[in-house]
Amino acid sequence: MVVLAEPRQVVAPGELLAEGDHLLGENSYKIGNQIYSACVGLLEVDGNRVSVVPLKGGYIPHVGDIVGGRVMDIGLSGWTVDILAPYVAMLPASETEGPRGPRRRDLSEMFDVGDMVMAQVLSFDRTRDPLLTAKGPGLGKVSSGRVIQIQAAKIPRLIGRKGSMISMLKRETGCQISVGQNGIVLVWGRSPEGERVAVEAIYMIEREAHTRGLTDRIREMIAKSPRMEEEVAKQAP
Amino acid sequence: MQNKHPEKLLDEKGLRVDGRRLDQLRPVRLEVGTLDKANGSAYIEQGKNKILAAVYGPREAHPKHIALPDRAVIRCRYHMAPFSVDERKSPAPSRRELELSKVIRESLEPTVLTDLYPRTTIDLFVEILQSDGGSRCAGITAASLALADAGIPMRELVAACAVGKVQGQLALDLSDIEDKQGEADLPVAYMPNSNLVTLLQMDGILTLPEFEKGLNMAIEACKTLHTMQREALKNKYSQIREVAEEKEEPEVIA
Repeated sequence: MVVLAEPRQVVAPGELLAEGDHLLGENSYKIGNQIYSACVGLLEVDGNRVSVVPLKGGYIPHVGDIVGGRVMDIGLSGWTVDILAPYVAMLPASETEGPRGPRRRDLSEMFDVGDMVMAQVLSFDRTRDPLLTAKGPGLGKVSSGRVIQIQAAKIPRLIGRKGSMISMLKRETGCQISVGQNGIVLVWGRSPEGERVAVEAIYMIEREAHTRGLTDRIREMIAKSPRMEEEVAKQAP
Repeated sequence: MQNKHPEKLLDEKGLRVDGRRLDQLRPVRLEVGTLDKANGSAYIEQGKNKILAAVYGPREAHPKHIALPDRAVIRCRYHMAPFSVDERKSPAPSRRELELSKVIRESLEPTVLTDLYPRTTIDLFVEILQSDGGSRCAGITAASLALADAGIPMRELVAACAVGKVQGQLALDLSDIEDKQGEADLPVAYMPNSNLVTLLQMDGILTLPEFEKGLNMAIEACKTLHTMQREALKNKYSQIREVAEEKEEPEVIA
């Protein structure tokens, strides 16, 4: 039971992480009783579990994920949605909140080609393409706000431990932020200035995701932003 | 400009045309994340070789029929730019380029955990901007870095290096002239942790003892290259970290 590398350290593929009776986490593999890293990332040790948090990489769907996607095509009974994964997702009409039954109206009235939707992954098991649902709070067509795209690997950092980063962002910028696990982030607030600051902060998190003390630095950056100061001044009187 | 047709590949002191010892690698420079648009990329300079590697994927397989139900397909294109050699090379893929595409792909397939991404493809492009012998090996070294940079799960980095024979002596990391005028060439790709050879080709003639010694020389060189690869990969991310921490400092002083 020896962890050989230091936690939060950048590791390369093939690097020996730990020896002994550890549990295998994400992005690592085992030969005998030695655990190696399978990608570039930060080493994370959680009790007995050794895993690597990737610094880069595309999005692979998991059941339960909230994702943002663009409608690519309309079929007879649903839509095909591009969710920025290697697999095209299907959103069946039965999984939307709308009129049911055979007399259902034209599907394009609900979501048209090119529309942005927030949805949840209902099922995905590697043999079949992911199935989405747009039923639920915060899901469905995106009709206002800003949509930005960041690397999917940086989403955990944007959310932070127990949501610390994202709740700070919402508080400090006064914006609503909806995060898709695939890297699509939706920002909407009362003022375009606040939105702009939030977007800037999100891009900064993407760039500096693997540095220490990021939450504090982001908070400072937002407080110092001239646009935000104007906002505060405007609201004060 | 170096003499293109030297009379001897080794001088009286046993040094080579470019002044190297027999067991010495050419100077290597590695860079990770050179290209913005690719999912992963790397650049290598080894001697006068200049090679870019780019990785796209895992992405949806097109055409669909090439997709495999249980794992990702790796596709590779090794290509030499028309200006990469002395005489203009036709940009159309030649027989040799097709072969090298295949051996590069096969030397990297064992390391990539392809079963994690069924029904997808991983596309790999190795572009030779300037060629100076041993470009398939340098290409593999760069390509495995590009794969790691794309965040694709893999067992470990693959490094590659050639050994050859010039004037009856085994020489490491052949340059273009040594390759063309020498007596043998033995490119080797190697995974150091698993102790696996993933590429082994040979042209020319080596005796069995020479082959054994040459293979070991190449493996040692691959281990050296592997350390450099690791450093280059980590370097990219520690650089961003430093920049971020520098920005913080003035505020601490104030």
